[in-house]
Amino acid sequence: MMAKIEEKKMRTGVIAQKAGMTRVFDEDGRQIGVTVLKIDGCQVVANRTEKKDGYTALQLGAGTKAKVKNVSKANRGHFAKAKVAPKQKLVEFRVAPENMVDVGAEIGANHFVPGQYVDVCGTSKGKGFAGAMKRHNFGGMRASHGVSVSHRAHGSTGQCQEPGKVFKGKKMAGHLGDERVTTQNLRVVAVDEEAGLVLVQGAVPGARDGWILITDAIKMPAPEGAPLPAGLKKASTPEEKADTAQPVEDGTNDPVPLEEAKTDKPEADNKEA
Amino acid sequence: MNTLEKFEADTLAAAQERSQIADFSVGDTVKVNVKIQEGNRERVQAYEGVCIARKNGGINASFTVRKISYGEGVERVFPLYSPRIESVELIRRGSVRRAKLYYLRNLRGKKARIAERTTGHGIETKESNKKGK
Repeated sequence: MMAKIEEKKMRTGVIAQKAGMTRVFDEDGRQIGVTVLKIDGCQVVANRTEKKDGYTALQLGAGTKAKVKNVSKANRGHFAKAKVAPKQKLVEFRVAPENMVDVGAEIGANHFVPGQYVDVCGTSKGKGFAGAMKRHNFGGMRASHGVSVSHRAHGSTGQCQEPGKVFKGKKMAGHLGDERVTTQNLRVVAVDEEAGLVLVQGAVPGARDGWILITDAIKMPAPEGAPLPAGLKKASTPEEKADTAQPVEDGTNDPVPLEEAKTDKPEADNKEA
Repeated sequence: MNTLEKFEADTLAAAQERSQIADFSVGDTVKVNVKIQEGNRERVQAYEGVCIARKNGGINASFTVRKISYGEGVERVFPLYSPRIESVELIRRGSVRRAKLYYLRNLRGKKARIAERTTGHGIETKESNKKGK
């Protein structure tokens, strides 16, 4: 892992929220099914350094809806130290030492460039206790020819008196979904910096509004033209950093880019078309 | 309006701005000018027929055009806001009582005709003009 971080000059990932799926037309008029991922208030909350922690990483926080009264005292202190508003989600991303970003900087959708490939990671939808057919794609049993009451059963689970047990890891019915799932090598179709949207081709694990981690694809060469050390939001200057005591500023932060998006959207689309 | 609805509304507005699509409805005869890529050359091909279905879904809206080509029924589904569609011309309005004209698939020749519509929505008559004034 360490070698990979060094060798690929790994950039940080980003915390986003799944907005849902739609489709867009590419320049050839082909329809592409895309998942819209929204990056909202994704700020660096802490740095992990080789000297202090033995590895280099960024701790990012995202989400502007965290209520101060619901944030634990310990975390409030943590956010106050970084001089950022409380976040709903905190995640660490390993980065190469030269790609460290200062605490308080805000990462925007411009972190990614259209055409590059990303890995996305989310928590899949929970399916509850599922049978072997649904959970492991078992074939089930026959619909007729003497099969009774066990059309969807998994069948035999082992041998006879020898070994006399069911081997560990046997695929059986059980809980399905609601686990961390990574989908690799999804293409970034478009990026809307103003609205903080990243459009990724294909499906992304998890429900709408679920937290999604987007990183550069680990199995692809480093994206060309991607900003280093990270795609920072232009407005993310130190003045913008909201204090923990004043989450009001954070609230006002949110609607502004949304309003701007209205006017800027057609341009972005023309580029696509 | 959530993020996705907003994104779709914005994309739709942009698509509507550049599209040259006549106001047509089911039963109308339309001419769809489709851009076709031939090697490096791009040309426009017209596809004319009866619109037998319209599916409204914002940016995902589509319509189906049916025609009889060399004695064989042909149906094409076009995404309404596809950049491949250069324009849609309205040739003739048709009077129909269904939203989807799938019954035309079972009819041939004279039975598959649709009477021309001269009144109703989208058509300016003397009477409607008077009312308007």
